[in-house]
Amino acid sequence: MSAWLLRRLLQAIFVVIAMTVIVFIGISVIGDPVETLISQDADQGERLRTIAAFGLDRPLWVQYLSFLNGAIHGDLGRSFVYNEPALQVILQRMPATLELAVAAMLLAIVIGIPLGLFAGVKPHSPVSKAIMTGSILGFSLPGFWVGLLLIMVFAVQLGWLPSGGRGETRALLGIQWSFLTLDGLQHMILPALNLALFKTSLVMRLVRAEAREIIPQDYIRTARAKGLSERAVVSRHLLKNIMIPVVTIVGLEFGSVIAFSVVTETIFSWPGMGKLIIESIHVLDRPMIVAYLMIIVLLFVAINLLVDCLYAVLDPRVRTSR
Amino acid sequence: MSAPASLDQVVPPRASGFNRFARAFTASRTAVVGLTLLAVVVLLALLAAWIAPQNPYDLTQLDILDGRMPPGSTSASGMTFWLGTDDQGRDMLSAILYGLRISLFVGVTSAVVAAAVGALLGLFAAYAGGRIESALMRLVDLQLSFPAILIALMILAFLGKGVLNVVLALVIVEWAAYARTARASALIESRKEYIEAARAMGASPWRILLRHLLPNCLTPLMVIATVQVARAIALEATLSFLGLGVPVTEPSLGMLIANGYQYMLSGKFWISFYPGLALLFTVIAINLVGDRLRDVLNPRGAS
Repeated sequence: MSAWLLRRLLQAIFVVIAMTVIVFIGISVIGDPVETLISQDADQGERLRTIAAFGLDRPLWVQYLSFLNGAIHGDLGRSFVYNEPALQVILQRMPATLELAVAAMLLAIVIGIPLGLFAGVKPHSPVSKAIMTGSILGFSLPGFWVGLLLIMVFAVQLGWLPSGGRGETRALLGIQWSFLTLDGLQHMILPALNLALFKTSLVMRLVRAEAREIIPQDYIRTARAKGLSERAVVSRHLLKNIMIPVVTIVGLEFGSVIAFSVVTETIFSWPGMGKLIIESIHVLDRPMIVAYLMIIVLLFVAINLLVDCLYAVLDPRVRTSR
Repeated sequence: MSAPASLDQVVPPRASGFNRFARAFTASRTAVVGLTLLAVVVLLALLAAWIAPQNPYDLTQLDILDGRMPPGSTSASGMTFWLGTDDQGRDMLSAILYGLRISLFVGVTSAVVAAAVGALLGLFAAYAGGRIESALMRLVDLQLSFPAILIALMILAFLGKGVLNVVLALVIVEWAAYARTARASALIESRKEYIEAARAMGASPWRILLRHLLPNCLTPLMVIATVQVARAIALEATLSFLGLGVPVTEPSLGMLIANGYQYMLSGKFWISFYPGLALLFTVIAINLVGDRLRDVLNPRGAS
């Protein structure tokens, strides 16, 4: 087990290093940083001095090593726009994104599991067919367009909910959160619904498929035969066994929710790190782009590593097969 | 040599195979609806230049005074804007038809190129085996563990806007799915006797790959390609909406939706709404056809 874990850890580190190389080369391809750093009418001498001051005259691999050295010490450069360390700016925006992503996942579970259960327990009911058709729609609808429709209906036409922003926030553990105030919660409903759309369909289909698989099994029949109410069978025997795969998938999908929040945050002006990266790409704030990509890579590698370890704990076959 | 008559009995003529496929496909009513919808969408896109009431890029045909008119209004020159106009006074119906063309072009081109690259690499991995195979498949696993939108975002942050850049980004996003499928079916096929026979006859590795393995792995690849076109179109629209996709001069459906976004808050919904509807119909039509293709062509999935 420990040898397997060590190998898996080394793999993860290799992936992170490979991604730093890709990101560094990629970022060196876009635009000439000298153009943005020096004014148009600077003479040749000043140009050269600036290039030397930023170390841009060194070979690319030396520049890469100094970037890597900074990255290890938590220094990913200063944002051109905010004139603050890029990492710090992103970390400040992170709670907003996490809060929204967690809210979306909760919505997906709260909506998805009951609907999926119903469709699985009563597969021939017209309601179940409607649920399944709805889930196909959830997969096909372009997410960003649904976000616009939500704004159009609930914010513009009906005027029930605000169309953007985070609303009033309150501090907890030194961080500002929207979910602690009524106004913040109201601001969160539409973006969270938008972000949850795809995952709700996913949870629904997963729960239905699992239910269809479990219901014919003996222990469900036994539970019914000993006279348990249908309610008790579903909640105690069925739901419990469905929860394991559902929790696994929901955990796995958390990363992709954070990825898609780039779109949702842009639509609803939610000041998280997704909106930040889009703005940074538009103004070519290179340190910001690098810092965001590195954080996302770390996040995904960590999620994948965690899931792999969980699988290894739950299923010994995974350990031995590699 | 055997007589042609007996050969006919062994190898059924092509047409009957297609007929059987067509019958199986049309057995599902939703699939027929999807196919019809898809045919209409493709025809509209191809014929955009002839059926659009106006050339939306010809600035001499536009009048800024016609800007932001609601659906059904009439311009000063007597033309009716069935789906309204955008801020430039452009007829939305015409803009959607032209935008559909760009969206379909990006989706189909990227899917075809990705299929070619991914299938070749997948087949090559299966055939080469050993280190090359495990390295390629690790790369596939790694890439599929990141969401498509993030990879595309990263590539476009490096490359900048442009139709070809978007196509390239989508190809890089999509190739992995094809490679995985191609390898999986090639592994099954390469154990069969006809491959062994070809090898025994001294056929070169490339010949075996391209003439024997590829044709027999085409079915699952085609099913994936259909779904991937829909995914590519939706992803392109999302990227263009974020301002990272196609340039303003070649507005796809996603770009049109983005253009209308700022007017949505003042109740002028049509600029964003109708292009989105066109996008939705396109994606659903392709998905319906793709689902049915998978059911018909994949014997394991048949229920």
